[in-house]
Amino acid sequence: MAAKWSTLAQTAQIRQFAYHQNVLDHYSNPRNVGTLDKSDPDVGTGLVGAPACGDVMKLQIKVGDDGTIEKAVFKTFGCGSAIASSSYATEILEGKKIEEAMHIKNTDIAEHLKLPPVKLHCSMLAEDAIKAAVNDYKKKKAQ
Amino acid sequence: MSAANKELNKQVKLSLAKEGNPLYFDNQATTPLDPRVLDAMLPFLTNQFGNPHSRSHQFGWETEKACEDARESLAQLIGASSKEVIFTSGATESNNLAIKGVAEFYAKNAGKKHIITTQIEHKCVLDSCRSLEEHGFEVTYLPVGTNGIVDLKVLEQAIRPDTLLVSVIMVHNEIGVLQPIKEIGQLCRSKKVFFHTDAAQSVAKVPIDVNDLHIDLMSISGHKIYGPKGIGALYIRRKPRVRLVAQMSGGGQEKGFRSGTLAPHLVVGLGAAARVAQQELQNDKEHIERLSSRFLTNLRKNLTHIVVNGDEQQRYMGNLNISFSCVEGESLIMAIKECAVSSGSACTSASLEPSYVLRAIGVEEDMAHTSIRFGIGRFTTEEEVDYMVDLLTRQVNRLRELSPLWDMLNEGIDLKSIQWTQH
Repeated sequence: MAAKWSTLAQTAQIRQFAYHQNVLDHYSNPRNVGTLDKSDPDVGTGLVGAPACGDVMKLQIKVGDDGTIEKAVFKTFGCGSAIASSSYATEILEGKKIEEAMHIKNTDIAEHLKLPPVKLHCSMLAEDAIKAAVNDYKKKKAQ
Repeated sequence: MSAANKELNKQVKLSLAKEGNPLYFDNQATTPLDPRVLDAMLPFLTNQFGNPHSRSHQFGWETEKACEDARESLAQLIGASSKEVIFTSGATESNNLAIKGVAEFYAKNAGKKHIITTQIEHKCVLDSCRSLEEHGFEVTYLPVGTNGIVDLKVLEQAIRPDTLLVSVIMVHNEIGVLQPIKEIGQLCRSKKVFFHTDAAQSVAKVPIDVNDLHIDLMSISGHKIYGPKGIGALYIRRKPRVRLVAQMSGGGQEKGFRSGTLAPHLVVGLGAAARVAQQELQNDKEHIERLSSRFLTNLRKNLTHIVVNGDEQQRYMGNLNISFSCVEGESLIMAIKECAVSSGSACTSASLEPSYVLRAIGVEEDMAHTSIRFGIGRFTTEEEVDYMVDLLTRQVNRLRELSPLWDMLNEGIDLKSIQWTQH
């Protein structure tokens, strides 16, 4: 039964004309799902969005002594585009300096994922999440 | 699968899970044509193409007879006389005709201008009422309880001397709850107010006898009962007489209530669907209740934090609207893409607002975003239900692993205590 219907999944995929392959890829194989220890002084946590809006992103970064982001992880409550946006965000964050991270624009994310206009807000939320994580890290370091 | 449905499956070779098609779990949106209905319709798309209003030749006579036979079949299904059934293009038109037609007549001839309906009605009812408000009518939109059911006392208090109509949907399309129609009908009859009900999702699914339930007007939809799309009907009581102003002007067909040439293939389709439904009434009920119960029980065994929206007892079992805590609706629909379902969440509608129905029954916004509606029907199989339960279990668990809200729930953090950043 499962075998007979696995072909359905493949065919059904073709009909997902609303979503680009890049979104589907990140959605089905999200990168860097996970949690870092919030209390770790080298970890910055950004929590943006609201359950009432249907979009919540938690993005965390672990920053090395030289200001390079060593690891980025995420967890998201939201639609396929939201999950893909935050997953892609963690992918491009790793290896960047925190100042470079602050320059990541939602348009970079939206372009890579070929987000349609109605889903652009997902990439904006991802940009907010990045900034929130960096600011949280900076605040911790200042203390 | 019950004996009758197994026979059906063999005869009709209708498997919705054919190569390339997702499994169909959206029976509230529409239903597939029962093959027996298609058989009945075909002659009217080929040789019997006459206009049923052509009085002077056989082409007209034969299609007219077919339409009248269909009318009789439908009337029998609902306990009415065929003189009380008129055909329309669908339940939307029937709702418009019932509400606007009755309002226009009784405003002019009896000076009444108040209408009562509920906050959870189908858009066509709400919009018809809104359009009447622009023409000087007053409308009361009754709230419903968290179980989705109308409170009879609240209804009674809302009725005024100038109330001309109460309109309450029988089985709800989004959440499946069944209103106390008989009691509402009795109340309206005692207050001499007309009672209209949108029965699009109810005909052949819950027992309906228009006299027993004291219904004055009832909207029927063809494509919800395994009939064709593009046809519906309106039941209009004759004793005591309900009068209304036609909304479609023309040659005076359908006793002057609805002008326009009847489409014999569609009308015959609706009649055949009614006959088949009458035959399958008991079998459908057992089949659907069994599958629905199996679905819900197994789902609850596998997953925690899921909520059925709307009263669990006072409902039609073939419609289950379920909220999956901490998992967003659209992402879940994508995860179960080999199944066709409908979401009550916002992402699938143009605005970012969740469904007005879920809001009316008090579902919190974050839960509203997690809702999915499952529709089980005559052609749903046990295999499909089991597959769906298994798939849902896997995907909900997977998405919960991705969800920060699930983490917080497990850590005992109250989501309401957090200062969320609005966007």
